[in-house]
Amino acid sequence: MSSRARTTLFLVAAAGLAVILVLGLIDLPPMGDYRGPYGYVVTQVAVYERHATDVVNAINYDYRAFDTLGEEFILFASVVGVLLLFRPSPNQQGEQEQQKGGDLEDDEESLPVSDALRVSTQVIMGVMIVFGVYIATHGQLTPGGGFQGGVILASTPILIYLAGDVRAFEKITSSPLVKLAECGGAGGYGVIGIIALLAGTHFLTNYLPLGTTGDLFSSGTIAVISVVVGLEVTGGFVQLTQVYLREIVESQLKREE
Amino acid sequence: MRLLQYAILILVAVAAPGVVLTRDPKPQVVTLSFYGLLCGLMFFIFQAPDVALSQITIGAVMLPLLILLALTKMRRHNMRQQQKAQK
Repeated sequence: MSSRARTTLFLVAAAGLAVILVLGLIDLPPMGDYRGPYGYVVTQVAVYERHATDVVNAINYDYRAFDTLGEEFILFASVVGVLLLFRPSPNQQGEQEQQKGGDLEDDEESLPVSDALRVSTQVIMGVMIVFGVYIATHGQLTPGGGFQGGVILASTPILIYLAGDVRAFEKITSSPLVKLAECGGAGGYGVIGIIALLAGTHFLTNYLPLGTTGDLFSSGTIAVISVVVGLEVTGGFVQLTQVYLREIVESQLKREE
Repeated sequence: MRLLQYAILILVAVAAPGVVLTRDPKPQVVTLSFYGLLCGLMFFIFQAPDVALSQITIGAVMLPLLILLALTKMRRHNMRQQQKAQK
């Protein structure tokens, strides 16, 4: 197809799309206009029914917990997919042994890490871990929850790597606890649901005592699921960064020796 | 409040083409991260703090990080290929 024909085809298609878009957008309700009864009902009922002050998480981890279970397994499956893609193949292992003598001539000499960076990272690390745990465990009370807290926790090992402590990074990310957190978190969500089935109610019913509204240990399974999701997300993302950085970390460790 | 909402919508609308028009992957990661941050701010201004938190952690931190890591991995792969060709 010549470039002229392509341009005409694009112009015709773009004009059609523009017409459809304008027609579709012309009758949109004004900004902030909400008509469904569902949102109003849930926001009024959630605090009394579930003792969770963050209604969003009451929906995510209770009323619509089954949908969130599906989302958890989307993340789980994609992490497993990346790990599978990057697994060392037998072919590659032979290659690496061959290269042992002449490893990649690293043009990038690893930059020296200043003391200021090292110290400030140590301070920030502690704050980040506490903040991540806080976000993950207070999902039922304040905005946040397991997913957000998990991502914050998972970004702490990268700070260690940036501060130049490759050995500690390797030790943390290759720990079997990381895998345990991911698999245990993903499986634990299902187990919480199945316990409800065994108790004779519906899947993922909130069967734990609800406690006092506003307490840390309240809202029954919402808090538990939030923590479980946090474990899964932390494990998943830490493993992702580990497989991406594995090669670089290995060559840096070799150089240190 | 209304004014703030319009302002952030315009900012997001300006930043989005900015990401697309940055052609070089490495600067694009920076603009993408900035765009993620703006989106997080937008969710916050529209009173959705839960979504804002997810957006900031994923859109402004994790996504750019994973893209950067993938770029590094690709570069090392290319370097190895070149070395093999020289031998």
